[in-house]
Amino acid sequence: MAHERLLPRQYLILGLVAVCAPLGDTCLSRGMTGLPPISPAHPATLIAAVFTPWIAFGIALLIGFFASYLTALSWADLTFVLPATAFGNVIVAFLARFWLHEPISLERWAGIALITIGVSFVAQGPSLTVRPAIEAPASERLPLEEESLAGAAEPVVPVAEEQPR
Amino acid sequence: MTIPTPASTTGLWAAAAMIAAIVLCSTAGEVLTAAAMKSIGDLDEIRARSGLQGAIRAVLTCPLFYLGVGFLALAFFSLLLALNHLNLSLVAPASASLTLVTNAIAGKIFLKENVDRRRWTAAVLVCIGVYLLAH
Repeated sequence: MAHERLLPRQYLILGLVAVCAPLGDTCLSRGMTGLPPISPAHPATLIAAVFTPWIAFGIALLIGFFASYLTALSWADLTFVLPATAFGNVIVAFLARFWLHEPISLERWAGIALITIGVSFVAQGPSLTVRPAIEAPASERLPLEEESLAGAAEPVVPVAEEQPR
Repeated sequence: MTIPTPASTTGLWAAAAMIAAIVLCSTAGEVLTAAAMKSIGDLDEIRARSGLQGAIRAVLTCPLFYLGVGFLALAFFSLLLALNHLNLSLVAPASASLTLVTNAIAGKIFLKENVDRRRWTAAVLVCIGVYLLAH
C-alpha cells in the first residue's frame, strides 16, 4: 500500500533522484562538447558517442537516477516527484559555489530560493492521489466495474444482491 | 582568437525545435512510465515480498514501461543532439522548467492526479527558479 507521507528511506530515494540527474547531465555535456558537431542526418555518429568515457559515466549516473526515479514513481505522483527532482539544480549551484568557488549572481540565489520554496510546498502535501476502491487489480474487479470504467459518463450505482434490513 | 563553438552557430528556431523535441518526448515518456509504475504497485513492497528479482521482473513484464522508455530514449538522444549544438546552461534549465509545466498538465489530464493549487504553485515557482538559475 502506498503511503501519503514519506518515510526517511523514501526521502533518500528522492535525494538520489535529485543528485544523480544533474551530475549525469554535466558528464554528458562534458563529453558532447568535446566532440565535433554531429548532424541529425547521421544518427550512427550519435550512437557511437555513447561509448566515449564521459558520456558512458554520465549514462551510468543516469541509470542510477532512473532506478531511483522508477521506485519513487511507484509510491508517489508524477507531479510530486518532478519538483523534487528539480532540487538537484540547487545542489549543483551549491557545489559550484562552495566546491568550485564559482560566483553566484543575485538572480541565481533568487532561483535557488524559489526552487527550495516550491519543493517544500509540494513536500508538505500528500505524495499520492488517493482514489476510491476502484483501484483494485483488474483480476479482482467485478464485471460491472469494468463496464463503468470502459466509458460510462455517469457513475454507475452497483446493484446489491441482498437488501440490508 | 576565438574558436566558434557549435552553440554559437545554431539559429533560434533550430534551438527552439531541439528543446521542444526534448520536452515533448520526455513528457510522453514520463507520463507513460508513471502510468506503468502505478499499474505495477509499490516497488518497495514487491521487493520485500518477492526480492529484488521479483521487483525487476514486475517492471520488465509491463508493456507500458517499454513504451515510456522508448519515448525517454528519444528524449535522451534529442538531449545529446541539443548538447552538441547548444550550451548546457541553456538546454538543461529550459527543458527542465518547460517539462515541469507540461508534466503537471499531462499528469492532470492523463494520470488523473490531484494537481491542486499547492502543486501548481510549486510547478510555477520551480519553473521560474530553474529559469533564474540559468542566468
